[in-house]
Parts: sequence; structure tokens; C-alpha cells
Amino acid sequence: MDPLRQPLIEIAGVSKHFGEGETRVDALRNIELTVRRGEVVALLGPSGSGKTTLLNIVGCIIDPTEGRVTLDGELVYDNRWLRGDLRRLRLDKIGFIFQFHNLLPFLNARDNVALVLSLAGRPAAEAQARAAELLDYLEVGHRAAAMPALLSGGEAQRVAIARALANSPRIILADEPTAALDSKRAGIVMDLLRKLAAEQDACIVAVTHDEKIYDRFDRLFHLRDGVLENEKGEET
Amino acid sequence: MNLAWRDVRHNLFRFVLTCLGLSLLMAVVLAMIGIYNGLVADALNIVKAPQVDLWVVESGTQGPFAEASKIPGSTRDAVARLHGVAEAGSIAYQTVEASDAGRPLRLYVIGYEPGHPGGPLTIAEGRGITQTHFELVADRKSGLGVGDVIGLGRDSFAVVGLVENTMNSGGDPAVFITLSDAQTLQSQLAPPAQRVQTARGAGLLESADTVAAVIARLEPTADPLDVASTVRQWKHLGALTQHEQETILIGSVVDRAKRQIGLFLAILLTVSAVVIALIIYTMTMEKLKQIATLKLIGAPDRTIVGLIVQQSLALGMVGWSFGLVLILLIKDYFPRRVVLEPVNAAALAGIIIVVCIAASGLGVRAALKVDPATAIGG
Repeated sequence: MDPLRQPLIEIAGVSKHFGEGETRVDALRNIELTVRRGEVVALLGPSGSGKTTLLNIVGCIIDPTEGRVTLDGELVYDNRWLRGDLRRLRLDKIGFIFQFHNLLPFLNARDNVALVLSLAGRPAAEAQARAAELLDYLEVGHRAAAMPALLSGGEAQRVAIARALANSPRIILADEPTAALDSKRAGIVMDLLRKLAAEQDACIVAVTHDEKIYDRFDRLFHLRDGVLENEKGEET
Repeated sequence: MNLAWRDVRHNLFRFVLTCLGLSLLMAVVLAMIGIYNGLVADALNIVKAPQVDLWVVESGTQGPFAEASKIPGSTRDAVARLHGVAEAGSIAYQTVEASDAGRPLRLYVIGYEPGHPGGPLTIAEGRGITQTHFELVADRKSGLGVGDVIGLGRDSFAVVGLVENTMNSGGDPAVFITLSDAQTLQSQLAPPAQRVQTARGAGLLESADTVAAVIARLEPTADPLDVASTVRQWKHLGALTQHEQETILIGSVVDRAKRQIGLFLAILLTVSAVVIALIIYTMTMEKLKQIATLKLIGAPDRTIVGLIVQQSLALGMVGWSFGLVLILLIKDYFPRRVVLEPVNAAALAGIIIVVCIAASGLGVRAALKVDPATAIGG
């Protein structure tokens, strides 16, 4: 296999249910999904269809009831993994982009990015330099000292993307990354994400309802009542 | 990167306001400690002021401060002749209600023999008593000044000198007069029934030359316990060493006030702990989304616990510092002495640190229960 097309996310037979008996809810049913390097895929579906649950499982936040999840070649959620290990895996290999950027309001733009690097054990000076570099790359370097409350929606989302990329993760999970942006800025952000995925050998899985950006994804998956279907409506 | 400090800096105004509120509580706690210390210091001042080694009192009593003691004035000569005694003096204590320029004035009158132990050691202003009658040295807190004249009993006394920090355990400022004046004052202030008895001749059996105690300074080589033991051989007299006298005073006279203030202090510290816990809990609840984000991006629990505990400690310590400054600024305006020792402030700091750590437990518990998934919408 072309090493550049190696899978970064492999989900096999994953199911997740909450509650038991009459209160049991099947959030995900027998999900099969593989996402390769450089790929940008979208998870679509109505509210309550299981998109966020799937994102949480890939993000090592909740464990599946059944099935196997392999992230960048590492099988997670077996008995070897402790909570602290999953936290470390999130820190090293996964970047998160949120609907409302979720920047820490008491840190300026540069420190929001540098924080992730500090948590990973990078020296303060190195973390600050890398954060500045990322902000420059995302064309918000001039706003490095600004507090999040003073950033525009587009600027805040770029800072959030810089934070997600700080540790050069292989997997980027995005929850409605363009929901708070107008269509022009949404297109710019998606183009940026595509470019980053290609340049950093990463893959992007995004939950979105924004039809205007569907054409920016390599593949679209629909979740209906916990069942994943490809763009042709076939169950994966 | 210190997240606690950054968060404090971001909400500095609110943090300072919260600290100010807490500092008022800390100031009250420190004031209570200072009032208690002042109570003990005042009580001990009266006992320590004569700088003696032995207190000779009425047999079966615990000295002139814990209960009434009355012994013949001639006892002083007998005590002064004992082996090991360097000098001795008679002393009388009495609380009187006087009037100064129309305002009521409660005074603790100490009668002593000039030239013998028992008088004021340091005169802050004016001079000591030099005449046999009608001169008075007063504590500055009485409000009297040098040159003032005040009526005690049927006589008027001229204030010739002032001393400082000389009050009894009740906070009444002391005045020094000669022993003979004090004895006269005692008879003048006797209840009417006593005067009736005296008029009928019944009181003639009782000598007017009685004193509350005889105090003695010992030779450097003398053992106070040995001298006390010798005095006790006179069956009508008791003797207490200086240490015993202080212990009695603290143990009996000040004990109830000490327990009262101690209980009040415990309540105040509990209230402080609850207030700190509520503040920290509220601050944590306001940050749940941020904490969820921190967890999601991979922050370890110790980072989140550190954020909460450090803010709690900062709150407590800044509150303590403001409170300390506040009480140091206003302590001299209290009607009673407020005595704050560095060790008291340090002990309160230690208690506040423990309280803050314990109080932040509620916030830490809430933070650790936050599901990182809540950072992601839906």
C-alpha cells in the first residue's frame, strides 16, 4: 500500500449503546469506517443520529460498547489503555476544532496555542515560538496578543485551528467548524483545513450541517439512527 | 504557564472585590485573636507590673485577682524580715466608678507604698507620686491628663503622671495612689450598712490597716518555693509565686473569656471556610466549559486541580494580607487593647491555607467530574 494512503482511523464493528433494558438507546450500530492520510471526510446526519457519539469515540473520550478502533496504527480501548494513556493519545495525535472555537478566555491567542505545546512538555520559549509560527501561517499572527473576546469569529476559528495543529496531530476532529462563520469565511476555513491535511499528512473528520461546504470533502457519510451510510446510501 | 494566575488577571476586578470581602472576615478573625491577647496581656500586666517574685495573700484564697484577699498591713514588715526577701511592699486593689468632667469613668485603683514594690515602673508622661496624699498616676487609656483633678470617694486627686498599657482583665484603666489613700478610699466606699456598723462601734474590732496582698522581691539566690513554704507556716497567710499567680489568673479569671472568644473564633473560621468553598465552587462552575476543553485537549487532572487550588490559596492569602493590613491600621481605635503577635498572624495564615485547600475540594470534585465530551457541541 502507498504509505501516503495508510489508514489513520480504522473503525471496525463499533457499536455504542447507553442504558439498559427499556431505557437502552443504540447510538451507533456496527460502524465500519476507514479514513486515510490526507483525507477530509464529513459526517452528516440529523440531530441525535450519533455523529457526536462517533466523534467522541474517535476522540478517545468515550469507549465503544463493541468493536475495534485503531488510531494511527494503535489499537485503543483494549485493556491496556488507562484513562491517562487516552489523555496522552489525545494530546499527541488528535486535534480538536469546535463549533464555537472554545478558546480559553483568560489566555491571549498565542498562549491558547502555546498551552497545548506546554501540556505536551515543550519548553515555554519553544512553545511560544511555535505558536507564533502557526498563527502567522494561518494569517492571524498580527492578532497574537489579542484576547479571544476581541477576535472576530473568523480570527477566533483560525486561532482554534492553530491550537488543534500545535502538536502536529495525525487526526483532526472538527465539530461544526464553520457553523459560526458566514459562507465566504466557511469556504476559506475549509480550504485551509484541506491544505493542512495535505501538508501535514493528517486526516480530518468533520461533523457538519453546512451544505455549502459539502464539495470541500473527499467523502460524505450519513448517520441515520446510528447506522453509517456512504454517499450512495449504502451501509458501510 | 500558570493558568490560575492568568484567570485571576483576566478577572482581576472581581477577584480583588472578592478578596476585599474575605479580608473583612479575616480582619474580624484577627481582631478577635487580638482582643483575646489584649485581655490576657492586660490581666498579666497588672500581675507583672510590680516585678516581684512572691505574693503573700489571705490564707485559703487565690490572691487579690481571683478572689477577695485581706491581710493585716503589718504583714509587710514580717515578710520583709524573712530570709531571702530583698524587699516587700503592701498593695491594695479596688475598682471604683468615678466621674471626669461629667463622664462616668471606671478605674482600677492600685494602692501602693512609695519606695516599696508595687508602684508604676515606667512613667510615660509627668512624674511619679512624691507626696503622701492626693496624688495619682493614671493609665493613658483613662483619658486623664497630667494636671487633671479627679474625685475619688470624698477626696480629690491630682493627676501627676501617666503610664501606658496598665489595665485589669476587665479592661478598666489602672490608677496608682498611695496605700494610705487607697485604705481611706476603701473605708469611704464601704456600703452604708458597714458605716452603720462602724457608727455603732461594731466595726472598731476590724482594723482599717488591711491590704490585699504583700508582694516581695527575693534575693537572686533565694528559691521562691522555699520562701512561699515558709510564709505558709503562718496559718493566716497564703503565698503564691509569681508563676502561680499568673497561672491562676489565666486559668480562672481569663478562662471563660478565653473559651468564649475561642468558640467565636471557631465559628468565624467555619464561616470563612464555607465562604471560600462557595466562592471557589461558583468560580469552578463558571469555568466548566473551559475545564471540559482543557480535558479534551489533553490537560492532565493535576493541571485542572492546580488551577482551582492555586486560585483558592490566592484568594485566602490575599484576603488574609488585606485583613492583616486592615486590622493593623484600625487596632488602636478599639476601646480595649488589641494585641497581635507575629505568631498569631502566621498561625492564621497556616489555618487559612488548610481551610483553602479543604474548601477547594468541592470545586475540585466538580471539575474532575466534568465530562470532556461537553466541550463538543451536542
